[in-house]
Amino acid sequence: MEMLVASAIGVMTAGGIYLVLRLRTFPVIMGISLLTYAVNVFLFTSGRLTTGAPPILRDGVAIYADPLPQALVLTAIVISFGMTAVVVMIGLGAFLGSDDDHVDDPTDENEDRAGDAS
Amino acid sequence: MTHWIIAPVVLPALLAPFIVLAARYHIGIQRTFSVVGVLALIAVAFGLAVQASDGTITLYQLGDWAAPFGIVLVGDRLSTMMVLLTAVLALFVLLYAIGSGWDNRGRHFHALFQFQLMGIMGAFLTGDLFNLFVFFEVLLIASYGLMIHAGGNARLRAGVQYVLFNLIGSTLFLFALGSIYAETGTLNMADLAQRATLIGADETVGLRVAAVLLLLVFAIKAAVVPLHFWLPSSYAEAPGPVAALFAIMTKVGAYAIIRVYTMIFPPELEVTSGLHDVWLQPAALVSLAIGMIGVLAAKRLDRLVAFSVIGSMGMVMVTIALFTPEGIAAALYYIVHSTLAGAALFLIADLVRSSRRDLDLTAQAPVAGATLTAALFFVAAIAMVGLPPLSGFIGKLLVLTAAYDSEYVVWIWAIVLGSSLISILGFARAGSVVFWKATSVAPADDAEAATPPAILSYVAVGGLIAALMAHTVFAGQVHGYTTAVAAQLFAPEPYLSTVLETPGKLSTPKEGY
Repeated sequence: MEMLVASAIGVMTAGGIYLVLRLRTFPVIMGISLLTYAVNVFLFTSGRLTTGAPPILRDGVAIYADPLPQALVLTAIVISFGMTAVVVMIGLGAFLGSDDDHVDDPTDENEDRAGDAS
Repeated sequence: MTHWIIAPVVLPALLAPFIVLAARYHIGIQRTFSVVGVLALIAVAFGLAVQASDGTITLYQLGDWAAPFGIVLVGDRLSTMMVLLTAVLALFVLLYAIGSGWDNRGRHFHALFQFQLMGIMGAFLTGDLFNLFVFFEVLLIASYGLMIHAGGNARLRAGVQYVLFNLIGSTLFLFALGSIYAETGTLNMADLAQRATLIGADETVGLRVAAVLLLLVFAIKAAVVPLHFWLPSSYAEAPGPVAALFAIMTKVGAYAIIRVYTMIFPPELEVTSGLHDVWLQPAALVSLAIGMIGVLAAKRLDRLVAFSVIGSMGMVMVTIALFTPEGIAAALYYIVHSTLAGAALFLIADLVRSSRRDLDLTAQAPVAGATLTAALFFVAAIAMVGLPPLSGFIGKLLVLTAAYDSEYVVWIWAIVLGSSLISILGFARAGSVVFWKATSVAPADDAEAATPPAILSYVAVGGLIAALMAHTVFAGQVHGYTTAVAAQLFAPEPYLSTVLETPGKLSTPKEGY
């Protein structure tokens, strides 16, 4: 199970970083979403992987699941969800306003790329 | 246990929804509540600072749960000083936003402003790393709204960059927190400080990674080169008062570095040795140099001010990276100075923008109210570049003195002094082009007589300048206080024992539990 979870986090992080480096709004937002999925699973595993263990300390239970990372993940999911919504709206506004979905600053060479694309 | 320490978080948190829900169509009521709220914040912050000034550490356990299980707010000298600085800055920025009418150019300025204050205050007061993350997100999401306030294509484009950069920063922050929790099983700062010392020198991989990731996150916030790329366009494109408020946001990063790397990962901790002197110090020196070279190279006044913020953050980080009591004391003095000076410069750039076609550093017809604006620019620029007699000079002197025993002393002295010269040239060129050359350009025939900025705008900028002057006149007292702050940071035992040994509601088990 450790191998599976670790490689899932690794693959999602790698894909996320690749997409973030694409420099156009849509792939970058997808990449950030992938990164947040990766970090959510990562946070979840920071309390060690257990199956079928109770999350509350009780008498007679030796192995239990750490409940704190689950609370942390919940917070992180809510925050990243809200942030992604915000960035989609701002990115959409920027794209509709200037007809250009590049994330980087326009330079002299590509200043008229918005005109070329249309 | 008094509840005053949570007031800086709760007060804006209650005011903001009230402004949105009850006063959304009444700009007058919004302004009144916003100003009254900030005045109350100043009063509370001043009270907290007085309370902490004798070295008392105020602990607030949310829900009466004892640390490390519950979330705590901690008010020591450092946090209350930063809270007071934020509140004072917020008042002048708010007055300017009202005077210049910026708050009326889009919706919900005052609500977002209050939420932003809530996030900043919370970040300064919290004693828990995950809570610090949450407050970072609160201040960021409010800043996204403020950043694109009043809209416009250039601003939205810069806003996208700003949001994306910070989202990646937040993701890194979560990775760091996950690693720390996996290694130590706690996220309470005081508890972490104790557990980090218990980890053996041969099992430090996870904690090392976490410490570096955390440093990266805070360096993004503090705009340390090479993580500064978000700053110039977002600060330059943000509305003037918003950029002025953002002057405190880079200091949140500096605060977090001071807090975490004096308490949890102090320089003498073997686990993270080399982080401060090998990595942070050179990066800080490069930011100082790049920032001031950017001041000279900037083609627009707002970008020039943004680069001067990077440069002054570099100066702050150079001093912090020494991690000596003298260094931290000098850095805190400089943080107050550069917050006030940076904010004043952003507001002045906005005064110039209000009656010019753009902010390009080219000769254009004189701006409305040029005499007073030019005088304010002159004073603020002197403060920012660190010429006598203002506080920038004293701050720089303290930095140089503190760096005297460092192994980097040659580099620090050379770069601090050299970058000062470059920034003097940059500001002198900008000021003479914008204000002096303007008199040789006749106004266009069809130009209407622009109305000079409102009195309230000048009051706000003048207030910041007056605060700078007070910071200069009372430099002895302020530096004495920052020395006390640094002394408290380097003797964290009272902090640790206050946080960890104060009992909460489950500390004395009752029958039936």
